[in-house]
Order: sequence, then structure tokens, then C-alpha cells
Amino acid sequence: MTDAITPAAIPASAAPPRRDIGIKRRYAAERRFRAYGIAAISFGLLFLFLLLWSVVSKGYTAFQQTTITIPVEFSEQIIDPDNERQTDPRKLMTANYPNVARNALAKVLGVSTDDRAALREVNGLISDSIRTQLRDMVIANPAIIGTTQTVSLLAHGNVDSIFKGQVDLTVGEQNRRISDRQVGWMNELSASGALAKQFNAGIFVNGASSRPEAAGVGVALIGSFYMMLIVLVLALPIGVAASIYLEEFAPKNRFTDLIEVNINNLAAVPSIVYGLLGLAVFINFMGLPRSASLVGGLVLTLMTLPTIIIATRAALKAVPPSIRAAALGLGASKMQTIFHHVLPLAMPGILTGTIIGLAHALGETAPLLLIGMVAFVANYPTTPLDPSTALPVQIYMWANEAERAFVERTSGAIIILLLFLLVMNVGAILLRRRFERRW
Amino acid sequence: MNMMSEAAVEKALEQKMSDVSHKMIGKDVSVYYGEKRALFDVNLNVRENTVTALIGPSGCGKSTFLRCLNRMNDTIENCRVTGKITLDTDDIYDKEIDVVELRARVGMVFQKPNPFPKSIYENIAYGPRIHGLARNKADMDQVVEASLQRAGLWSEVKDRLHESGTGLSGGQQQRLCIARAVAVSPEVILMDEPCSALDPIATAKVEELIHELRANYTIVIVTHSMQQAARVSQRTAMFHLGQLVEENDTDKMFTNPDDQRTQDYIMGRFG
Repeated sequence: MTDAITPAAIPASAAPPRRDIGIKRRYAAERRFRAYGIAAISFGLLFLFLLLWSVVSKGYTAFQQTTITIPVEFSEQIIDPDNERQTDPRKLMTANYPNVARNALAKVLGVSTDDRAALREVNGLISDSIRTQLRDMVIANPAIIGTTQTVSLLAHGNVDSIFKGQVDLTVGEQNRRISDRQVGWMNELSASGALAKQFNAGIFVNGASSRPEAAGVGVALIGSFYMMLIVLVLALPIGVAASIYLEEFAPKNRFTDLIEVNINNLAAVPSIVYGLLGLAVFINFMGLPRSASLVGGLVLTLMTLPTIIIATRAALKAVPPSIRAAALGLGASKMQTIFHHVLPLAMPGILTGTIIGLAHALGETAPLLLIGMVAFVANYPTTPLDPSTALPVQIYMWANEAERAFVERTSGAIIILLLFLLVMNVGAILLRRRFERRW
Repeated sequence: MNMMSEAAVEKALEQKMSDVSHKMIGKDVSVYYGEKRALFDVNLNVRENTVTALIGPSGCGKSTFLRCLNRMNDTIENCRVTGKITLDTDDIYDKEIDVVELRARVGMVFQKPNPFPKSIYENIAYGPRIHGLARNKADMDQVVEASLQRAGLWSEVKDRLHESGTGLSGGQQQRLCIARAVAVSPEVILMDEPCSALDPIATAKVEELIHELRANYTIVIVTHSMQQAARVSQRTAMFHLGQLVEENDTDKMFTNPDDQRTQDYIMGRFG
């Protein structure tokens, strides 16, 4: 119904010669823009590389630990001089195992057992944690008392640092934690092959320890695992249900607009605020225990919910309306349409959003500090109600330690955390591929 | 389809049409999208076992009217329908009427082929399954085969029933959608420009199919193509600016319409 424009309506003279104006400039602008883009990406990659390089170069040594492998005589005179172990099993728990180890090392180094000063220095080579190592060996098999076994004893953290070349030995002896004599012994042991680096399983299984050589992220891993489980179990169903209701069922009015705005705002609330909320609600009001991964999980659930809701709503919106129309046109009810067709198609988006939310929660530290998860926990938590820590909090705590050996532990724990995040992201990509359908 | 059977069908239908029975009756149907009124008191009856074509320029309300017939407009926010539409004797906008059941009786085929991103088999089986039309697997197999036969797709897809429905060509996809609509045994099939996304060969196939389906179903089709309306329909309704301009036998409509606007539109003077 538009009026036809007759050719006569256009002035014949107005054929402006503008074709060659600006074309070069336009191409130049495009080339410039591409260059900016490439520069931006290179910049990003450079920093990513720097980050990874600094973490990995500092942290990879944490996965090896120096040990001293020597024959250890489980002398009955030291462990159980009065032969009481039959009547009092506790005797074996409290025996003087450090002396067993010290004497064994002194024997190898040819130090007289009368030279107390030298013995103290010998003792400085071994970690205090061998107390539990030897104790566990004896309790598991009391028959080894009186025999000589070859045992890999954990070296002291300072020995470990020197052996890995992290300590400058040109510094004056009085400014070092390891004396020249001890360094001499180390060289001796190293030459004989007794002092060697082994794979450090302890960093994965041990709990908190003030001795860096015996400290590990075991408790933190379990705490993080519990929290991830709680976040997944709570946030995914709640988030998906909320999104489906908001996206598909809720009437569009002021009230739902308000809810929508607030959800979007919640996603931008600083995480430490969620920590305060958790402290006030879960610990002070509901009386849940401090430092528990249950509380941590609940707080992280609150924090993750907006992310999941936003991702899920976007995924639901992205399902083509033609699919909805097709199902409705066949006489499917709204519920059937959503659960049979829309939700399966939105699944990749929902899962990706969830995993990104989980990864975000896994790396979150600030709210956990407020609910007391920054704690020295040496024992494994058996339930989510027991005190525990989380991976990022463990990193935070180690970063505050003074010993040189904690520096590599900090980076090592960061590597572990990054590996978990990598695994989760790969999982997200695989799920996406698995569920992705074309229409 | 050969000429003989076509003539036979034509004859049988002629007989049926002589005692005109209206499958759906629209009385004073008006539709509002919020404040905007899209349809003005349309009175249009749909005859049984007839193809009724709705024509008119874009935005004239023909699709809106079509979507009233199975209440697809309900899914649009702010859309309000007044007036009365009956299917047989049931007022479809009555509170007692279950929309789900209505849409099982009045099926729909859309402009763009929209198969579910599932297997061909699942595409057809979905409707019968949610309506409980098949008791077991063998029943379902039969329904699927019969529906695909009806849509003239069986011979093309019988060896790949479990491949994705979205892997078919555009024309095949549209026939799959028709088969899917047929599978729930509707009484009326609504088609909203079913051929606008298809090439001429696929269009010819779909038109032929519409022709055959007429024996068992009442069909209402919205089309932008005058030729298509002339080819497939027996009755034609012309809409303009939300009003029903004229409704007549297709032959009369395209040769000697009562209304000047119809003549102008068919001649291509506007639209």
C-alpha cells in the first residue's frame, strides 16, 4: 500500500560522486580494529602465561619431598625399656620415637651418641613428624621391635628447602637455619643416595601442620568436596526451579520485574557480604557449628544461586519458540512442553552455568573466612558438620606462613586448585558437547 | 495421484459439500493485543472436509484468526479474544474446555518446519504418547507408520526412522510436521503458511498432500500465494486490516469476487 516512487521524483543531477570517499579509511579502520583485538588477546595470553609460569615454577617442587632412607633399629631399649607393652598398649603410643630415628641417623653419620650438641644437630635434619610415622609402623606390627628396618624418614623442611636449592648457602651460617655441619652431612647422605627426593603424596592427604614438610591439603580437599556437594545438591534444583518458574510461568508484572532486578543485583554482591549473612543467619541465629563445611556450603549456595538462575534463564530463553509452539500445538501441556522439550534443549546452557558457578564457589575465600573456616584443622572431617577448611583458605593460610618451605606449598596448592578448576571446565565443555543439539 | 482417483475424491466431496456442515463456526471474533485491536468482529465458518484458505496482505489478521481456532493465542501475553468460536457444538473458549484436549482435536502446522531435535520416530510418537493413543510398542509403530504414510513420507524415511528429524530436507521436515500433527488424529488441521519456507518442488508435494488429507480432515490454511490458494482450497476467505472482506467458493473468488478489494488484491494492485 506504499505509494510508488516514480523515477521523476529523484532529481537527475543528484548522483553524488561519493563512492571513492572513505573506502580506504573504512578498510584502514577495520585493519586497525583487528590489530587492537589481536593486541588485546596477546596481552591476555601473556598475563595468563606469566601467571601459570610463576605458579608452576614456584610450586612444582611441592610435589616432591626430601626423605632420608636409612636402616632404623627399632630398639626395645628406647621404645619399651620396661617391657610393658603387653599390659599397657598405650606405652607404644607415647614411646620416644624421635630418639629411635635420631640414633639411626647418628649411626649412619658416625656421630657419637655422647655428643649432645651434635645429636641435636642430627635431629634437626629429620622432621618431627616421623614420630607418628614410626609410631604407626610399630603399632601396625609390634613384631618389628628389636629388628632393623630400612625406613624413608621425612627430612626437615629446612633440609628440604636447601636440597631443592631454594636457600642461598652463601649467607652467613648464623643467619641460616641449617649449620655448615648439617650441610656437610646432607652432602654425605646425598652422595650415598640416602638423601633423595620422592613423590610427595603427603601434600594430597595430610591435614594442617605447622611443619611444612608434613602439611597437606587433605582436610581442605575434603572440606571443599563437601561444600561442592552441598552447593550442587541445593543450588542446582533450587536455581533451575526458580528459573523455570520465572521464565515460563510467572506473570510479567512489577513484582516479578523487581525479583528479576534483585537476582541480577545479587550476582554482583561482594562475596564477603554473603559471609556476613551466613555468620548472622546460619551460625548466630540457627546455631550451626563454626568452621563446618555445611555452613560453608550453604553460604556458597546463596552465592552461586544468582549465577545459576541467570544462566538457566538465558538457556531457557535461547530455546527457539518454534519448539514450544510445536509441542503446544500437539496438545502438550505447559509442564510437558517444558520438561519434555525446552529443558532438555536448555540443558547444555544450564550445566555450563552450574559448573561455572561451582568453579566460582570452589575458588571463593572471603565468605569462608567469616564463618570460621580459616582454621588449623589437622584431622579429617567425617561429616559436613565437623570443622574443616577449604582449598583457597588453605592457600591463604599457607601464604601467611613464614617458613621458606611454605612458599612452594602455597604454589603447589594453587596448582591443585587450578587443576580442579580445569577438570571442572573440561567437564562443562564435554557436557556441552554431549547435550548439544542442532535445530 | 492420478486423475481418476482425484475425480472420484472430488465427486465424493461434492456430495458432502451439498449438505453444508460447518466444522468450526466463528461468531463476532475480535482479538486485541493489549490496546491494539487486530481482528474486528469476524464471522467465518469452516466447512467440514474442506480446505479453507485465508488470504490477505501482511498484518491483516489471517494468522491471528487461525491461531484463535486452537487457542494458540493464549500463549501470547496480553492477547484477548472476544466473540464465540465453536468446534462442532463445543464453545472452545468455554471455561470447561481443556486447551490441551482442544489442541489435540485441532492440530497445527507452522510456517517454518519445526521438528523436535529428536529421531523421526520420536517426532511422530510424541503426540500419541502424551495423549495415550497407543497401548504398546507395536501399536505405536503402527501409528508412526500410518502417520508417515498419510504424509507421504514413509517410503523416504522408513529406513532411517531413528535418525534425527532435523537432518531431513526442508520439505521433508514440513511433511514430518504434518505427519506429527496427523498422528494425534485431529479433526481439524491448521496450517500457517506451510510452504513459505519451501522450494517449488517441496511445495508441490505439500500441496498434493493437503489435497489428499482433505478426505479425512478439515483444513484451514493461511497463504500468501494466490496460486496456492487457488490450487489447494475449495473455500477462500479474504482478510484486510483485521476485517473479513469476503468469504466465498475459491472458484468464484478468483474469477468473479463480490468485493472490489478482493479483486484488487488478487490482481496484485495492493498488498
